[in-house]
Amino acid sequence: MEKFLQTLIDALAVGSLYALIALGYTMVYGILKFINFAHSDVFVLGAWTSFLVAVAAGWGDPQASAGAGREWVAWVLWAATIAAAVIAAFEYAAWKRRHPTDAFSLNRTRLAGSLVLVAAWGWAALGLAKMAGVVKAWGDNGLFSGLLILLCAMATCGLVGFVLERLAYKPLRKAPRLNVLITAIGVSLLLQNLGQLQAMFGTRPQRMPTLLPTDAPLATIANVKIMPVDVIGAATAVALMFLLDFLVHRTKFGRSMRAVSFNPTTASLMGIPVDRVISVTFVIGASLAAAAGFLYGQKYPGLNQTAAAVWVLLGLKAFVAAVVGGIGNIRGAMLGGVLIGLLEFFGAAYVSAAMRDVYVFSLLIVVLLVRPSGILGRPMVEKV
Amino acid sequence: MRIMTMKMNPRTDHVRRTFLAGMLAAGAMLFSSASANAEEGPILIGHYASMTGKEATFGQSTDRGIRLAVKEINEAGGLHGRKLELKTYDDKGESQEAGKAVTRLITDDKVVAVLGEVASSLSLAGGAVCQQFGVPMISPSSTNPRVTIGRDMVSRVCFTDDQQAAALAVFTKENLKKTRVAILFDQTQAYSKGLKDDFVKSFKKLGGEIVSEQAYSGGDQDFSAQLTTIRAAKPEVLLIPGYYTDGGNIAIQARKLGIGKDIPLLGGDGWDSEQLGKIGGADIEGAYYSNHSAPDQPGGNVSQFIEKFKAEYGGQVPDALTGLGYDACMVLFDAMKRCHAATGGLKGKDLAKAIAETKGYPGVTGTITIDKNRNAQKPIVMVQLKNGVPTWVANVDAKIE
Repeated sequence: MEKFLQTLIDALAVGSLYALIALGYTMVYGILKFINFAHSDVFVLGAWTSFLVAVAAGWGDPQASAGAGREWVAWVLWAATIAAAVIAAFEYAAWKRRHPTDAFSLNRTRLAGSLVLVAAWGWAALGLAKMAGVVKAWGDNGLFSGLLILLCAMATCGLVGFVLERLAYKPLRKAPRLNVLITAIGVSLLLQNLGQLQAMFGTRPQRMPTLLPTDAPLATIANVKIMPVDVIGAATAVALMFLLDFLVHRTKFGRSMRAVSFNPTTASLMGIPVDRVISVTFVIGASLAAAAGFLYGQKYPGLNQTAAAVWVLLGLKAFVAAVVGGIGNIRGAMLGGVLIGLLEFFGAAYVSAAMRDVYVFSLLIVVLLVRPSGILGRPMVEKV
Repeated sequence: MRIMTMKMNPRTDHVRRTFLAGMLAAGAMLFSSASANAEEGPILIGHYASMTGKEATFGQSTDRGIRLAVKEINEAGGLHGRKLELKTYDDKGESQEAGKAVTRLITDDKVVAVLGEVASSLSLAGGAVCQQFGVPMISPSSTNPRVTIGRDMVSRVCFTDDQQAAALAVFTKENLKKTRVAILFDQTQAYSKGLKDDFVKSFKKLGGEIVSEQAYSGGDQDFSAQLTTIRAAKPEVLLIPGYYTDGGNIAIQARKLGIGKDIPLLGGDGWDSEQLGKIGGADIEGAYYSNHSAPDQPGGNVSQFIEKFKAEYGGQVPDALTGLGYDACMVLFDAMKRCHAATGGLKGKDLAKAIAETKGYPGVTGTITIDKNRNAQKPIVMVQLKNGVPTWVANVDAKIE
């Protein structure tokens, strides 16, 4: 009984994180019909960003990130701000003159808009990080700092997701799907290797500081300790999933997301801004992955460096969760994540811990053989 | 035929010209590297290491040690006025890349000797290439016995895993006075499996008992299933013969699951990293592991080396891998001097023989004597983590037959 309960708690805690990551895979697939292999690296970025912000805010070992030269963050933000200001001023002047023959005007307006957005967003993320430091200095016990750091990581990764989509995937909107897939692998390698730079996260594994007021168990049932990190982690994951489900199924924007996923051409004919919907999808997926990264770091505080195989494996498991639940289906991804978590942890506890990855990938094979569209996926009908 | 008569457009013309220039430059480089091994100019030695990738700290630590050694040798005048020059190639921690890096060092750069690697699987790959081309190689810190077996070009300046396992067994039995040991090993690493097997053999011979043997895969994050089983077996010591990242993570979870401070954790030289104490924090405090050297070990000239290293690298403290890299380079230079004095040159076979004849070289990680299997004979150091810093406990000299 004790073993069963303990395994169940761990399985649900980790399964809900798999679900969070799986959502990013499934949403991008649902809309663009391609698998974003760089998604697991955004998850890693989320974990490491929250580590850096936490250390900068005064948690954990202050030596961990000393002297790494991360001033470039501020420089990039200033450069984006200045570029945005210059182009916006130029735009304003052109609008005043009402110059009708300027063929580049529309593109420039878009560029100005994006730059203003990126700059403002970056400053907001940096502001959140600074606020975490202020809150810590006031003597916070971890909860508020944790929340601010979570938001900061989500904002940072959301921004990275936005920029990645604009620079790497949008130019390939009309290219064959294979090109986009290979680009995604390239982006993944880029992120893994950039992360190893000393000015980013470095090559040393680090310990994520614990951002909870207490490490004591909340309750003890049948000799099983229910730890705050599991409860808070799972609760945050579930809250985010409810929020997403509400957004997709109950709001006007969610309706346009579903419309684009159904048929992008028709959706654009109906006046839905397809590019914007795609951007927002990437941003949501990336920030959910960042949240998963933060929570994962809280549960398993030893952070491996960005190129470690363990991260790729975690991303693959989340991807399997998306496929098992039915890729393209949001509720399917949540179900798949929890299923994979249960399978992995019960297999490890009751059969053999050495084969924990085997169970997950065997399930993938079974699902692909028996029900290729996944548990909640609709079978695809090839139209001629 | 139409293509031949087509007028070349300026763009392709430009590309072609750049290509030609590139070919010329490549030719010039080939020529210059071919002459680099002549009697004048610097003597090239190669180093292949994981400068990036998941074991990047290993390669970077070692490379710093070698660079410090090269710098000191050159400041003292080099070999009869010829300076040493170090070429380091990154193998990203992958055996295929290691083979390629060594081939490049030997065929392109014409190095006289090769230093590397830390991970045994990569030393095996690089050693095969060195053996094939007849270029001597010294591994600073690969401990798997197979690295030097059947390869007369390859030697090492560290102990082997069977010696290390025997030392761990003796330490557990004699110093800690414990007899019930549980083991949690990494099934994906030859290093971890080998160390485990040898420990079991030696410990049983000493009359000890292995109460539980559990496996994990390197990089796993959750060990609760294995640790629950281990807890039920009531061990007195928990041996974790893996790398430091996993060691730190296992320590955190073991303490959470109630494997208390009264059960010491025990590791091998794969734990040697300042990150071990940082990741494990209070949970790994008090753990023991076997290592090549300790900053505060009595005798030897480690402390002097640490001061030199600190001055060179802005106050950073070297780990044992750095010391071994330094020693590997110094042993190589010592052999070069003897080889040059005896034969007047630095031919691969002669140099390998000179390395194998190294006797009582006073290295910073202990006195190094290369035995007939081209392994270094030196005592194994046991350290304990105190306030996150490895502190010397004992020297164990375990003889294996």
